[in-house]
Formats: sequence, structure tokens, C-alpha cells
Amino acid sequence: MSEFTVELRDVVKRFPTPEGGEVFAVNHVTLQIRNGEFFSMLGSSGCGKTTSLRMVAGFEWPTEGEVYIEGRAMGHTPPFKRPVNTVFQNYALFQHMTVYQNVAFGLEMEGAGKQEIARRVGHALEMVQMTGMERRYPKQMSGGQQQRIALARAIVKTPNVLLLDEPLGALDLKLRKEMQLELKALQQKLGITFVYVTHDQEEALTMSDRIAVMSQGKVMQMGTPVEIYERPNCKFVADFIGTSNFMEGGVKSLENGRASVFVPILNAEVTGYAAENVSVGDEVAISIRPEKIRLADKAGLTQNCFEGTVVTTSYIGSDTRLHVDINGLTLKVWEQNKISSLDPAAYYTVGQKVWLTLFPENTLVLPKD
Amino acid sequence: MNPYRRSLFIKIATVLVYAFLYTPIIVLIVFAFNSSRTNVLFGGFITQFGPLVMDGSTVVQSPCGPFHWFCELGKNAEVMNATKNTLTIAIISTLSSVVIGTMAALALQRYSFKLKPFSQLSLYIPIVIPEIVMGIGILVLFSQVFTFLNGAFNLAGDSRLTLGLPTVIVSHIAFSIPFVTLVVQARLQGFDKSYEEAAMDLGANELTTFWRVTFPMILPGVLSGGLLAFTLSLDDFVITFFTTGPGSTTLPIYVYGLLRRIITPQVNALSAVWVLVIFSIVLLIQKLQSRAA
Repeated sequence: MSEFTVELRDVVKRFPTPEGGEVFAVNHVTLQIRNGEFFSMLGSSGCGKTTSLRMVAGFEWPTEGEVYIEGRAMGHTPPFKRPVNTVFQNYALFQHMTVYQNVAFGLEMEGAGKQEIARRVGHALEMVQMTGMERRYPKQMSGGQQQRIALARAIVKTPNVLLLDEPLGALDLKLRKEMQLELKALQQKLGITFVYVTHDQEEALTMSDRIAVMSQGKVMQMGTPVEIYERPNCKFVADFIGTSNFMEGGVKSLENGRASVFVPILNAEVTGYAAENVSVGDEVAISIRPEKIRLADKAGLTQNCFEGTVVTTSYIGSDTRLHVDINGLTLKVWEQNKISSLDPAAYYTVGQKVWLTLFPENTLVLPKD
Repeated sequence: MNPYRRSLFIKIATVLVYAFLYTPIIVLIVFAFNSSRTNVLFGGFITQFGPLVMDGSTVVQSPCGPFHWFCELGKNAEVMNATKNTLTIAIISTLSSVVIGTMAALALQRYSFKLKPFSQLSLYIPIVIPEIVMGIGILVLFSQVFTFLNGAFNLAGDSRLTLGLPTVIVSHIAFSIPFVTLVVQARLQGFDKSYEEAAMDLGANELTTFWRVTFPMILPGVLSGGLLAFTLSLDDFVITFFTTGPGSTTLPIYVYGLLRRIITPQVNALSAVWVLVIFSIVLLIQKLQSRAA
């Protein structure tokens, strides 16, 4: 068996538009999902993440390319012959069946015996802590409970891959956070592959082993949460995940993975980590996270150090968030409040002159999209 | 609390609405027990049981007592035959139109095809055009087709194709389909395809998915559509009038024929039974639906 549970090879999905044209929902996507991995597809709506998931489930077929599950090409295999199960965004619980009948449905289709069904349904409900709810109808349950039943219904067949299409989207924030941890725990307990679709970056960062960031039908970057956040490979990912400051400039020199970029608005060169596909002469975007900029009253380095004026400050408890203006360029800077103080002099004030240090190891030189 | 509940206007309006709707039906039923056979005036109830005694056109005493006209109705072979025809037509046309109409609704919901807007529009045409136009149309169609077929196959005498029960059934199916389709479509509006996807995802093939998931979910719509088709067929007069032949008289046609001769309380008795049957069906369906919900 292949080391990848799910594989998309150069998959394209086109849909006809009402105007008679065609639109790419998924545009040449290749990705490999390893056995037992919690894999997330992250992107805003219309980025192709749900369509990709639906092609794995078998609800859609690729226009071009191929989906492999456990090393087997899926072609036009219908959903009921694929070794995957899905948790739907709206749960899609059968309203005319009880919880027990809902969870038992998949086993019944397998032709399992009555006793085996009873045993496995009981076990699945136990896994999602819904024992005792067997006789309820979905309408008699809260959203969170329905979510758990949908989960039980999908895991009862012990699939090797579980597909989850924004399963927590309809829950309130507190419940969502609880469920995130529970889902992660469940995945580790079951040891099966989860393919998780979400538009919530925090959710993806919290739960995933690896994330594919998608935009306009393409995978922009694939990697661990740390890689995605700390080493985005393009401006889109840096902008989409978390918050970043951007400056534009041209690459002057490049050595040992470090690029020197002339930034016209600062009238200075800035040094930073160069992304893979950056070369000398390129117009690039320089990206730095607000929490990674060092503020000081005096200049620190001779390089990557600029004087600016504080434009706004907002104290939010753990951090103080500032906007600092350098020659008309406004940068966001988040200062962690590491020292407890009531003295106003301990905090930056509007109009104050400050020095910003962009450490080269925190500064990223990225190709422009 | 509803602020209009105590308003005098609302009370009067409510009483008037009920009076207009139900007085005719109550009068109709009361007259079914009329002792006067002319049925123009109410001559009091028949109170005495015993062998039939008549005083002119007034029934004094009857073996069935107050239910004299219902017993007469039971003895009336023409009425029994018309009832049989009506029910046969209603049941066959309801079952057929429910199957065809539901399939049409599912197809219109699921697929997009070239003539879809036209198909959707064509559903409204039989509903909006006057029934008499449709009746004449169907009559012309049948007579032309039958004339052609009779000529082409040299059919003569009893084997000739003529109007009768089958033509009434076909025309009833035809006018019921749009009603069923529209009612089922309304139910399908809120039907998310993810339910079917979930069933298939759990290992059910298309057929199992339909019977185990889709059909139970749209069943209330199918039942309402079927009930509508059934009642439409039961009381249809105009189209039946054009497509019926000898021996295939239905109840509405028979009653209309009676009215042209003499109105006896038999007609009222028949109507009373009719109202009772329809009322029971509606009550039953409502009970079934409230249990399902």
C-alpha cells in the first residue's frame, strides 16, 4: 500500500457558468495526505477546498487528473464504493430517523448483523459521549449534539479516512474551541486520517499536522502550522495566515538564502530570508509580522533599523498594538506587555519617536503574487 | 397576547366566514333527512320506523326511519355504479399522477437541461387555462385519434375505440400531474442534496438512497399532492363530461343528470355521504402528517 492515504494528482475541476463559460473550481491541484495525518485544507470561500474534498468523497468527479485513495485510482467510483466517510457542514442527519437509526444506517448498508450493529453503534456513541441519546430525533437535539451524532455516524464504519467539511462552522465560539480539542483527541485515538476543510486559520493551526493553504483553486503552500506561519512562501499566504506588514522593493543581491532588497519608500536596503523562487532583480514583497518588530528608543543595528513616529496605540491587555509611521509607510507593531506597570511612561504614546528593528531572521522576502 | 382577539370586527368576520362556508353544507345534510320527496321545502324529519307509508309526496314512516333516503340510495344501482366508476377513476389517476408528478418534480429539481424553463412553464398551462378548453381539447384529440385508428385497423361494432372509463382516467391523470408536481416541488425547495450524499457516503446505492432517505423526507409533499389529485378527480365535472362515454358515468355527472329531472333528497343523501368521506380522508391525512412531524 502506498504511504499516502489520499492523493490528488494534477486534479482539475471545471464547472460551467450560467453565461456559458467555464470556471476553474480546482486548478491543477496535487497533494499527498499521509496515513494517520490530520490534514487541513484552508482557504476563503470559493478557493476550491470543498470541491477538492467532494472529489475525494466521490460527490464530484475531476474534469482532469486523478484521485487516489489507498493507492487505488478512484476514477468515477461512486461514493458508496469508496472507503471514506464524511461529516457534513450541515450535519445532514436523517430527520425521520432516530439517533440510533442514523448511526446504524452505514452498518446496515454493509449488511452487518443486528447484534454487531448494536455493539458498534453503542461504541461509536460512546466515543462522542452521546450514550443514552439513541431514541432521540435529530430535531430534539442541540447543534453541538447533532454535530457529535454526525461524527459518530461517520466513524462507526471505521473508515481509514474521515472527511470533514467545516464541521464546526455552525457552532458558537466556546463550543467550537472545545470540539477542536476533542476532534484532535478523537483522531489520535482512532489513528485514522482526517481531511479537514476550514476557512478558520486558527482552527487549522490548532488541529492540523499539515495544512494546505488554497486560493482560487490552487494550493499556495503546504506544510506544518509552524512552516506556514513562520515561513510563508508567498505574499498571499503571509497575508492570509495571521497579520503581516508588507513593503515593496527590488532584489539587489542574494547570498546564502539572504536577500538584500532596496525599498524605495524607506530609501534603504532591507535584508531578510529569501523565499525559494526569488532571484536578483525581482520585484518582491518584504513581509514581517507585527509581533516580530522590535521597538526601542535608540537605534540598535546599523542595518534594518528605521526611525518612525507612533500614530496610534491601543492597549489590549496582553499586548499594546501600535501603528508606526516611517516616511508615510505605516507598520503594525505588537508589543507584548511583559512588565506590569501603572506608569504611563512605561508605554509608548502617540507622537513619540521610536526606532524599529526588523531583524533579518524575522524578515521575509517573498515573490509578489 | 394577540391584540385583535377581543375586537368585535374580528368576531363578526369570523362568524360570517364560517357561515358562508358551512351553512350550505349543513342545509344540504339536513335536507337529506327531509320527509318531503319534492325537497323544495323542509317537511320535517322522518321519525317512525316501519313499512313504508307515504302521504302524497311526504314519507310518514320508513323501514330505515330518518335514514330513508340513504337506504333508497343504497338500492339505487345507477348510483352504486357511478360510485364505483368515480372511485376507480380517482384511485388509478391518483396513483399514476403521483408517480409521474413526483418523478417530474425530482427531475426539475435535480437536473438542468435545455428545455427546463419550458417544462416548468408547461406545468402551469393546464392549471391556468379554463377547464372547458382543456375538456374540448382532450375530446377533439381522442375523437381524431380514435377515428384514425378505427379506420387504420378496420375496427367496427363493439371493437371500435370509443370514449369510456379509460379515456376519463387518462384525462384525469393528465390534469392531475401538474398539481402533484408543483406540490412536491414546493416540498423539495428546502431539500438539501447533502442528505442524499450522506446516505451514499454511508454505503447506500442510488435506489436504497431514494427509498430510505429521499422518499421518506418528501413523503408529506407526495401525500399532499396525492390528496389534491384524488379530490380533484373525485369532483371533476367538466373534463369528465367531455371524455366520458356510455357506462362510465361518474357521480358528478350522475347528480347533474338527476338535477335536470327531479331533485329528491337522495341527491342530498349522496352529497352527505360524499362530504363525510372527504372529511374523514382529510382528517386522516392531517393526523398522519402531524405524527410524522
